[in-house]
Amino acid sequence: MIARLIIAIFLFAPNAFAVEPAEMLKDNALEARARLLSKELRCLVCQNQSIDDSDALLAKDLRMLVRKRIMSGDTNDEVIDFVVERYGDFVLLRPPFKFLTAALWTGPAIILFIGAAFIFFLLRRRKKTTENAVRPLNSDESALVQDLLAKPNKHDP
Amino acid sequence: MRSLAIIPLFAFLLLACLLGIYLWQLGSGEKNTFQLPSALINKPIPEFKLPPIKNMEAQTKGLRTSDLKGKVALVNIWASWCPPCQAEHPILMDLADEGVKIYGINYRDTPRDARIFLEMLGNPYTKIGADIQGRVAIEWGVYGYPETFVVDQTGRIRYRHVGPINPGQLNSVIRPILNKVSR
Repeated sequence: MIARLIIAIFLFAPNAFAVEPAEMLKDNALEARARLLSKELRCLVCQNQSIDDSDALLAKDLRMLVRKRIMSGDTNDEVIDFVVERYGDFVLLRPPFKFLTAALWTGPAIILFIGAAFIFFLLRRRKKTTENAVRPLNSDESALVQDLLAKPNKHDP
Repeated sequence: MRSLAIIPLFAFLLLACLLGIYLWQLGSGEKNTFQLPSALINKPIPEFKLPPIKNMEAQTKGLRTSDLKGKVALVNIWASWCPPCQAEHPILMDLADEGVKIYGINYRDTPRDARIFLEMLGNPYTKIGADIQGRVAIEWGVYGYPETFVVDQTGRIRYRHVGPINPGQLNSVIRPILNKVSR
């Protein structure tokens, strides 16, 4: 029972949101759009939550604003642009790709590439060193090995 | 082999340096992660029109875009329920005494609380508009309270300060910007 409860908590926890019933639009399709947009917009008070998740007063105001803009006929892009004009790119949880954010977007890939290249060269070099380190057997040693292999094993049936 | 082996050490030192610089900036107050650049810098102030605080019509007068044109002014967004606003208030009083024009936007307040706040601490504002719904604050891109904007003669926003202005920032940031904009 308790295990099930815990599983249930973890299953449903990511779905927690701050939107209050009174804020929701009557039209389900429009409300769905509002929810989608709210998830893209950062709550600047809490900074790592979207306005859809946040209980901050500003987040509530912005949620209502998003719905008002949708009701007045704005497209999704128009709503987002309206908020970005006032709060800047930082309000977007997925920053746009532009000159200023190029390092942000490409940085991880570049670092991954450098790391992969490093490991590749390290392994290649290690292989070479190991190859050099193993000296082939001389004739005496080969003879000894042959001898040992030729001897019948007394434990064999 | 040896040349490659120092790469991780080098990478570690580089990261340690970057972190060190970041920590040092945080510690010295040079970097404030809460202070975001305003999207409105060097843009005209937003169009808005706010009524005066109820029952204080004569003292507060209301506030609109055209009130802020033709002079250097501070626009301060405040609320009686916001303790940092209270902490900052004496600095605004000093600036007003020096003749700096300060306009207030009273954010999501009740007329009664706003009146008590002003009666207790003084009124440094030339005009105040009551933003009961918080809608005009969004036009200004406000996200922390108090916030203070420096507006120049042409009605453009030149600087935005998030949070209370402390005496150090008054002298090191606000006054130099006011002087620069006034010239």
